Amino acid sequence: MRIEVDFNVCVDHGQCAIAAPDIFRMDDEGHLVFNPNPDASLRADAESAADACPEQAITIFD
Amino acid sequence: MTKHVAVAGAGLGGLRAAEQLRAAGHDGPITVIGAEPHLPYNRPPLSKELLAHELLDGSGGEDGGTDPLAALHQRVAFRRRSSIADVTFRLGAAVTAADLPSGTLTLADGDTVRCDGLIAATGLRPRRLLNLPGPAGPGSGRHVLRTIDDLAGLRAELRAALRDAVPLEPSPAAAGRSPRPAAGPAATTIAGRPLPRVVVVGGGFVGCEVACTALSLGCEVTVVEPLGPPMLRVLGAELAAAVQASHERAGISFVIGQAVIAYTGQDRVTGVVIADGTDPGSARIPGGPASGGHAVAGAVLPADLVIEAIGSIPNTEWLAGNGLDLTDGVLCDNKLAAVTGAYAAVPVTAVGDVARFPNPLFDDVPRRVEHWSMPTDTARRAAATLHAQLSGAPLDPAPFRPLPSFWSDQGELRMWSFGSPGLADDVEITEGDLRELTGGLLATYRRGGQLVGSVALNLPPLRHRQLREALLK
Repeated sequence: MRIEVDFNVCVDHGQCAIAAPDIFRMDDEGHLVFNPNPDASLRADAESAADACPEQAITIFD
Repeated sequence: MTKHVAVAGAGLGGLRAAEQLRAAGHDGPITVIGAEPHLPYNRPPLSKELLAHELLDGSGGEDGGTDPLAALHQRVAFRRRSSIADVTFRLGAAVTAADLPSGTLTLADGDTVRCDGLIAATGLRPRRLLNLPGPAGPGSGRHVLRTIDDLAGLRAELRAALRDAVPLEPSPAAAGRSPRPAAGPAATTIAGRPLPRVVVVGGGFVGCEVACTALSLGCEVTVVEPLGPPMLRVLGAELAAAVQASHERAGISFVIGQAVIAYTGQDRVTGVVIADGTDPGSARIPGGPASGGHAVAGAVLPADLVIEAIGSIPNTEWLAGNGLDLTDGVLCDNKLAAVTGAYAAVPVTAVGDVARFPNPLFDDVPRRVEHWSMPTDTARRAAATLHAQLSGAPLDPAPFRPLPSFWSDQGELRMWSFGSPGLADDVEITEGDLRELTGGLLATYRRGGQLVGSVALNLPPLRHRQLREALLK
């Protein structure tokens, strides 16, 4: 599983970090950092994070 | 036997319903039917970034001032997951009638679709101010904002108004964040030309977002709201007043406690007539519309553009005649199965803005919830329920208790709401300063002493997790 975030539209709402804390987190400055190649077992979490993103900035590739 | 599921509605709810049907194990055909000609797209940017997108840089829209719809749509279209690659999207024709005993849907173009199970996800349409004296209809300068097509129409008129008023080179107003002249009838740009005057009718979340976007574009903006300070029903009086004050400092004018009773102008709106009253459209008009002219009493707010954002109506008329309770949306049980009584028919579940269901997180009263998180959450459960009904599997016995949430970006303010603040009988400002909202503020909403909601303004997302967890306890 591969994850991409479109940083042209991401504005650090941070909802992905709530939905999938093992993949996404906010750094000390409040900006998003994430693991682009998470384990396949985190698929459901990754989809929840993509769904929860207000800007729909997250894409999941198989 | 393979069962065919029809999803009525191709917005966020319809898309998520199709995805969740597959996730629940439904392997039969799925048809998603949409009134709009567009594949599902994300609506929140329509009042914010997509409304402002490239409107001031002089690009686009040369050909008659309109944007190519496909280009606008592309910017907000949802990505289509591989799990629904085989789902049929039947777009450009709304479902106009349903015969549930036979599982037959009739579409606006006369076609029929047969199904074994149905998910209702037809969403909302904007409420309109009907029967007001003055210009109405396309080209009148009166807008609503729900669809991409609405957006394209509004952008074309905004672009034209800004071209007339704002000098492109040099462009002090184009920065959008430069200090603005004080709002008022005589406000002008530096070049001496008048600013486009935008009146937003309705002080809810969409109205306030549009107002902030129009302000950032360099318009002179007035919000008219009869019922009280903006977003009163959700935020409560104290915070609503503070948000109003914050927006006023940014340059937006508010007319509170007045209702729109008429528009002035011949073919196009030139002004908004307001008068004391709390119910738009019902205020008594001296002389009445039958008098032929617009000789109505009341102040006139000059307007080049009007955006009406006075709430929404659930699209459920197409389900009439099937024994469902369509009083306000589609009445469902806690598992999102439409309440049908003893009635032989294909099973129906409901998703998103039209679903009226009890949420035990709060109480046993069925309610519709027009929050952005709801289509995704309700689709998961409604799809699982429908799949169980179609396959004969047992229904998930766990209560469905989704936590509603939504956000609203308004100028310098970023609001996040969790739970149902509108249910509260008590609001406490637990953090922050009402006079300086941008520094971060937390409002806590209780009913009978029980926590029912939180509103966070400009608080970091890490705090949101605590707020959610406190509500889910």
